[in-house]
Amino acid sequence: MAGFLEFQDISHAFGAIRAVDGVSLSIKQGEVFSLLGPSGCGKTTLLRICAGFQRPGAGRVILDGADITDLPPEKRKVNTVFQNYALFPHLNVFDNIAFGLRIAGRSRTFIRYEVERMLDLTDMADHAGKRVGEISGGQKQRVAIARALVNQPQVLLLDEPLAALDLKLRQRMLVQLDAIHDEVGITFLYVTHDQGEAMSISDTIAVMNRGRVEQTGSPAEIYEAPRSSFVAAFIGDTNFFDGAVKRIEGDYSLVFIEGLGDVTVFNDKQIRLGGAVHLSLRPEKIDIHVEKPMPRTNRNLVQGEVEEVVYLGSSTKYWVRVGEYRLAVQRQHRRFLLDERTTIKWGDRVWLEWHSDDGYMLERYSEADEELLVLPDIEPEAEPDTPAAGAGVPGAESVDGEAS
Amino acid sequence: MSARTGGNGRNGRGRFNELLLTLPSLAWLGVFFLVPTLIVFAIAFRPADPYGGIGDGWTFETIRRMASPNYPAIIWRTVWLSAVATLICLTLAVPVGYCLSRIDRRWRQWVLLLVVIPFWTNFLVRVFAWKSLLATNGSFRLALVWLGALSGDQPILFTPAAILLVLVYTYLPFAILPVYAAAEKFDFSLLEAARDLGASSGRAFFRVFLPGISRGLATAGIMVLVPSLGSYVIPDLVGGATSEMLGNKIAQYVYTERNLPRASALSAILTLVVAALLLLFLWWSLRRNRFGGDRKGELFT
Repeated sequence: MAGFLEFQDISHAFGAIRAVDGVSLSIKQGEVFSLLGPSGCGKTTLLRICAGFQRPGAGRVILDGADITDLPPEKRKVNTVFQNYALFPHLNVFDNIAFGLRIAGRSRTFIRYEVERMLDLTDMADHAGKRVGEISGGQKQRVAIARALVNQPQVLLLDEPLAALDLKLRQRMLVQLDAIHDEVGITFLYVTHDQGEAMSISDTIAVMNRGRVEQTGSPAEIYEAPRSSFVAAFIGDTNFFDGAVKRIEGDYSLVFIEGLGDVTVFNDKQIRLGGAVHLSLRPEKIDIHVEKPMPRTNRNLVQGEVEEVVYLGSSTKYWVRVGEYRLAVQRQHRRFLLDERTTIKWGDRVWLEWHSDDGYMLERYSEADEELLVLPDIEPEAEPDTPAAGAGVPGAESVDGEAS
Repeated sequence: MSARTGGNGRNGRGRFNELLLTLPSLAWLGVFFLVPTLIVFAIAFRPADPYGGIGDGWTFETIRRMASPNYPAIIWRTVWLSAVATLICLTLAVPVGYCLSRIDRRWRQWVLLLVVIPFWTNFLVRVFAWKSLLATNGSFRLALVWLGALSGDQPILFTPAAILLVLVYTYLPFAILPVYAAAEKFDFSLLEAARDLGASSGRAFFRVFLPGISRGLATAGIMVLVPSLGSYVIPDLVGGATSEMLGNKIAQYVYTERNLPRASALSAILTLVVAALLLLFLWWSLRRNRFGGDRKGELFT
């Protein structure tokens, strides 16, 4: 299947560093496609290769059936929204947006009409005569988008477009960006390190790590069915377990996890008896109970002790010691919380329960990815026998109110 | 932008303190610069006495004589030589400044050193060196002849070309440094943005890079134009009798003909021309600060 924009086996090295390492992607027309990954994963290099600022060491870039790998940036029907906006400081808002059309030698009436349409689309009509230095960060962002879109590119490239904005503005701009995409219907290639941004705006996400694509899929696929420990840990928060297959019973198999016990897991991978498996279990998939619940089929039930509680407003995060593991558990508050009887505190004995489908089997596992999970800062006295590294230490993502 | 925010953030007290701080230098400028200039202006309206001094009373005679065909020719030559020298300096300074701001930091120090090395030798000595380089058997002239730029019997010393050459040689570093300073602050991702929007590298250079360093260009222009207009040593040593500039004429009136009012009148004209240029520059940069680019840009689509 040929995509609208295709990266075919792209590799690129800066000196000894392989920034992009054999990446192939196929992007459909009209979709928002995100390249998501930590800094240095090669996502920006890939975007620059697409824009034409970087000639790839190997591989081809195909846009709408034509090979654009060797075209200079000005000959490509793609436009970029730069991370620092890169607006021309000597021109006002109107002239910035008109730049591309003037270079293309379009007529005055055409330019005026198109620029005004873009000013309306981005809600900047009142600021057309202002100098770039006189407008706010969010407004600059909108001018940068208008300046790129006015040229009607086949693909709009966005390089961390919201990174320089504060949280509230970022959320607002994200909604606006989504609305703009609905309006113009152009293919967006969106580069970001922010999983929240990527999840909320994308049709498809490619998670990148160390110059390679770890997984490509819809936001839900990426989150619910991570293929590798990197994807599971980078997007959202998770608990890792490693175990061995004890018994296979139809769709489910019994997995023995050392230090935790037997759990049932849904089989959607090639597994064999006695084979090692790695599981990822999202904190919010785990129910926490004070009283022992009735055992149910396809449910795993373990008992543990609460070691840390972090209140996050809409939810609370617990770290619960179960055998050798410390499980991150996140629980939404749907009821009024200031009720002593239902509050779970440090030191409480609790029951954890999760569905067998939710302990997801990973195809690839790397211990290094455990570093992506930030553990709560628990004092060493309370933690005399920390399990040795490699025992699949569960943990938590960096949260605002980290325990102290 | 910085001037704007600075201006907005200032309160009355800060302004007063600032004034207090600048008072000594203002007083210095007033006593040793402004007052002497005014004295020179005043002398232009006094008659000359037969012994080379300044006579009594006031007269417009000297100013009136400035209209005689002799002077406009000299003023014109001074202006065009300076203007062409400035233009050549800017043309050379832009690529140098661009490269300087793009090359590796380690190399940059050395190239900058090369730019300022001429300052280590006395200016007068350097001009004398040019005199021998440009002489009939001077190596530079012979090189030009060998290259075919000059015919074998064509002189270059004591021509306007020699003045132009030495002016450019002398003031080029003064053009390179401000252009480099502006280029170093220039955000080169803007050139990528221009390319991205369809501009070839040449058009990106002219439509984004040059406007981006316009302040450095203007400073460089002033740094070359002003001293060129007032140059005296260079036309005196490498220019001939047919290519003298205002500076030479003023010196001639002071030392040879002993007509101080005439020297003053010529000086006043020079001062006014330079002052007008500086005011134009000031007005331009203030306007730029306040409004930024073309406010009515959309009218010129």
